[in-house]
Amino acid sequence: MSEVALNSTTIGSDEAASRASVLRRLRRTDLFFHGLTRTAAIAVLVLLSGIILSLVIGASPALRTFGLSFVFDEVWNPVTEKFGALAPIYGTLVTSIIAMVIAVPVGLMIAFFLTELCPKALRRPIAIAIELLAGIPSIIYGIWGLFVFAPFLQKYVQPFLIDGFEKVPVLSSLFEGPPYGIGMLTAGLILAVMVLPFITAISRDVFDAVPPVLKEAAYGVGCTTWEVFRYVILPYTRVGVIGGCMLGLGRALGETMAVTFVIGNAHKISASILQPGTTISASIANEFTEAVGDLYTSSLVALGLILFFITFVVLSIARYMLLRIQRRLG
Amino acid sequence: MTDTATDRARVAASPRYASRRRNNFIAKTLAYAATAFGLGWLVLILGVLVYEGVGGLSLAVFTENTPPPGAAGGLLNAIMGSLVMTVLAVLLGTPIGILAGTYLAEYGRHDRLSTVVRFINDILLSAPSIVIGLFVYEILVAPMGHFSGYAGAVALAVIVIPVVVRTTEDMLTLVPDTLREAAASIGLPRAHMILRIAYRAARAGIVTGVLLAIARISGETAPLLFTALNNQFFSLNMNAPMPSLPVVIFQFALSPYEEWQKLAWTGALLITVTVLTLSIVARSLTGRKQS
Repeated sequence: MSEVALNSTTIGSDEAASRASVLRRLRRTDLFFHGLTRTAAIAVLVLLSGIILSLVIGASPALRTFGLSFVFDEVWNPVTEKFGALAPIYGTLVTSIIAMVIAVPVGLMIAFFLTELCPKALRRPIAIAIELLAGIPSIIYGIWGLFVFAPFLQKYVQPFLIDGFEKVPVLSSLFEGPPYGIGMLTAGLILAVMVLPFITAISRDVFDAVPPVLKEAAYGVGCTTWEVFRYVILPYTRVGVIGGCMLGLGRALGETMAVTFVIGNAHKISASILQPGTTISASIANEFTEAVGDLYTSSLVALGLILFFITFVVLSIARYMLLRIQRRLG
Repeated sequence: MTDTATDRARVAASPRYASRRRNNFIAKTLAYAATAFGLGWLVLILGVLVYEGVGGLSLAVFTENTPPPGAAGGLLNAIMGSLVMTVLAVLLGTPIGILAGTYLAEYGRHDRLSTVVRFINDILLSAPSIVIGLFVYEILVAPMGHFSGYAGAVALAVIVIPVVVRTTEDMLTLVPDTLREAAASIGLPRAHMILRIAYRAARAGIVTGVLLAIARISGETAPLLFTALNNQFFSLNMNAPMPSLPVVIFQFALSPYEEWQKLAWTGALLITVTVLTLSIVARSLTGRKQS
């Protein structure tokens, strides 16, 4: 201590000057690096605004021509240049709903298994295996779905569904027509497998973060494992679980390649989920490079804009909910 | 005073207790079944992939270009195209991603800009990749007038950035603040503290992020469809349409030719092995760090 004090009093003017210049240099590099990282952070914002702006500009010819009816019109005719987005929007929503109906309960049950039932030694391997499902590229799901899963459904599942529901009033129209193999049900099932790991991963994280005291108290008054999960863990983490499901939904809505392979790409709305249909992303992937004429291209970009808008809203809600649960669980 | 043993017996015999036990049993069985269902898909997909893909694996796959319909050939041009575009995309996206992640974790941990950037980045992370393809088409392909390898690489870079931002921020946040305070106390400016200390401490994590990003883009098809398009021939000209493994798989799988479909399966096996290896290596890097 005293040495430092001594040194500072004996500094000559030369030394002081060189010290000041070193300090200035350090300060400059620091400012430069601060500015650089800040610019990069702002670049992320610019990226998103750029995406929205370019889509809006690209879509404007179509939106100017068709107006709001673009969203509510089912006709998609490149020859007469009449375009409406209702069929792809319908297909996107239906396939995603099918996916969520299956993936949410299964994903939650897997998370329940991993946090409450699984032996400790197996937890990590099983969790990683489930997460690997998310790592498999979507084109692999597509080729697999087209060559393996669709023929299987056509042969063994769809005839059974058609016959089984023939006499049931409302459901019969849902499972109507010849078994094509490909179609909206097939796409929905494959989407379910694809979003499953996202739902499981997030649910597992929030289940793990439940304070042990709460669980122990519930076990202490004689609850069964299921009751602890159903009445303690699930209510406590509800916001996070919904956030995780919304994140999965966001994925399902925007998924392209896997769906493109198995949806059948038919621009029509059928009541039966066994029929071919199309989704927004599949329409763009299938038709964009072959689209002739500005209006056709622009209509496809407009589809992209609608898709981006829907996923933006869904993902925003997901993030908001996950932020809330993070604050709560600390 | 009641006898506890008879009390217990009475409870065990009550219908309410029986139904609670039954529900518990059913729920547990369902949980086991759900897990088996999830793992079953993984086994099924990988099994079919190996079964269909291994037969086509030969040296020719790596030394010959994609064939015309009806002829034998390989995937050399597609593999090279994928490699070149992936490398360029990582070179473009990683610096921006690391710097932005650094800002979020070091300079602006709690300021308003960071809150917004974090939110937007998370949305970009899950944004549909086909929309990113449309974006790059609008800003690069349309003005240039032709498809190109550059456009493909830029589209992939847009996917790399949010992944790297996220992992860099997470990993820098894990670096203990005492290290930062120690650096500050010996008079080290912030930039030097970050470059010399924080980056070094978080190195494994940052590398993990880059590996995960590579894994993510090496299977991406949708953003390449109308940016890099495809090319039947070997080409390293980034200013021209460029083939890539996923796009070739897409085209070949949907073709009616048996040779093409076979190559598609082989390509699918190659991609999956690459992606899964990358993500397992990435995991083991951070896994070691945490323990």
